[in-house]
Amino acid sequence: MAKIISNKYLGQDIHVMKIEGNFKGEMGQFYMVRSWDNYPVLSRPLSIHDIDDEGISFLYRVVGDGTKNFSKLEANDEIKLEGPYGNGFPKVEGKVLLVGGGMGVAPLYLAAKRVSKLEDVEKLDVFMGFREKEMLKGEYEKYADNVHINVGGIITEDVDVDKYDYIFTCGPEIMMEKLVKMAEGKDTKVYVSIEKRMACGIGACLVCTCKTKDGNKKTCKDGPVFLGEDVFYE
Amino acid sequence: MSNLEVKFKDIKFKNPVIMASGTFGFGREYNEIYNIEKLGGISTKGLTINKKSGNDGIRIWETSSGIMNSVGLENPGVKGFIEKDMKFLNDLDLVTIVNIGGATLQDYIDAVNLISKENVDIIELNISCPNVKAGGMAFGIEKESARKIVKIIRKTTSLPLVVKLSPNARNIVETAKVCEEEGADGVSLVNTFKAMAIDINKRKNIFNNTYAGLSGPAIKPIALRMVHEVSKAVNIPVMGMGGITTYKDALEFIMAGATCIHVGTANFINPKIGLEIIKGIDEYMKKENIKSLDEIRGII
Repeated sequence: MAKIISNKYLGQDIHVMKIEGNFKGEMGQFYMVRSWDNYPVLSRPLSIHDIDDEGISFLYRVVGDGTKNFSKLEANDEIKLEGPYGNGFPKVEGKVLLVGGGMGVAPLYLAAKRVSKLEDVEKLDVFMGFREKEMLKGEYEKYADNVHINVGGIITEDVDVDKYDYIFTCGPEIMMEKLVKMAEGKDTKVYVSIEKRMACGIGACLVCTCKTKDGNKKTCKDGPVFLGEDVFYE
Repeated sequence: MSNLEVKFKDIKFKNPVIMASGTFGFGREYNEIYNIEKLGGISTKGLTINKKSGNDGIRIWETSSGIMNSVGLENPGVKGFIEKDMKFLNDLDLVTIVNIGGATLQDYIDAVNLISKENVDIIELNISCPNVKAGGMAFGIEKESARKIVKIIRKTTSLPLVVKLSPNARNIVETAKVCEEEGADGVSLVNTFKAMAIDINKRKNIFNNTYAGLSGPAIKPIALRMVHEVSKAVNIPVMGMGGITTYKDALEFIMAGATCIHVGTANFINPKIGLEIIKGIDEYMKKENIKSLDEIRGII
């Protein structure tokens, strides 16, 4: 059991929750989180938004019973975390772009923080697309050379893949697939963070299968980050 | 620690807590979280003679107090399992139950033949998977089709044979009796209940197969009733399961007649649930001064 430090509403049904403790985790990894006993049955997989000296943060949107429960939690309430699980984003070099769509921006904050500290990274840009209004711009600006936000439009239309060696992306599959296609035949490598419904979170139950060129992969264990060109999008 | 040992025919389990097929893989992932040798046993992910990639579309859906799954028996095939995971399980001090499924009778025979050459403690014959179009549960609905497959598989293997029964059978008690008549060493029940969900916004079924298998606490009272009825009707031992989440649930199944119990969905609530259930049973036995689970088995 861990203790909640804060749980703030940011707008557009999105909240950020910070939990006290010395948590481990790489960019793109996730935790299985629950703040209840047996019901709902499943824990919720939440990607790591940030880790600092005080604790770990998760950015989440209220979509069902589980996330609704999270949104009601207050400072000092208790919560259970299992993890970190999965394979995150790789260590890279050169010019790097992070592209997030909606809730997909969640893992990109830790990614921005970690990538900005990599020795051989020359440039780090962050592009984020939101439906209604911009958010978190100042936060990402702490680590990125340039933060670009698109509200109500299509974020991929703003991206010039030729400018980057690596792109990390998380968000709607249609957005990630588009970026992969834009980079086709070019030197830019695109890594996508796939979201699937999960149960065990550790690779045993096979409910979060992601179809790839190399056969079925477990999103929770082999992913959630995959090389974009390997994935068959739904 | 109390003596939690149970005997299932001649097979000794150090405790009655077994991890259910499909929820525990081949044990490797959970063994990274805790020492799974503390368990009584595990039943492997259902295996078929050939590798299967499983169902497309959504595979899991949460319900009130339960989950529905439509994995569709994704598995590496018996050969793939033997090559990659058999040794891992053989090196562990726990009872290994290998769950076998199939689309045709010949599939079952081939799979059982192949696995019977290995060091396996029990074969669990899965005639109750609701998530595959061919075979699977079809063999477990009518008692005479169950009879046909159990009769043949009994001749195919000398390994201890447990038949996993479907709660969707026309009459699960009659099906269990048929398994006993045809030489099964035990029965395990219940597999998941055939169920469904609809997305009202898309006006479509959630699962590509329309129906899926419901498990978890939601099914426990019905599963318990079925285990009770079957335990009264047969003389072979029964493995009881269906929504077991706490040691209290486990003890209910034992009092209803189960020799040992399987824990499935609850692994997703807490990956260490098996250990908690074992601890809970131990503490209950101490408190109630019970020397052996035989004292309370089938007392209802």
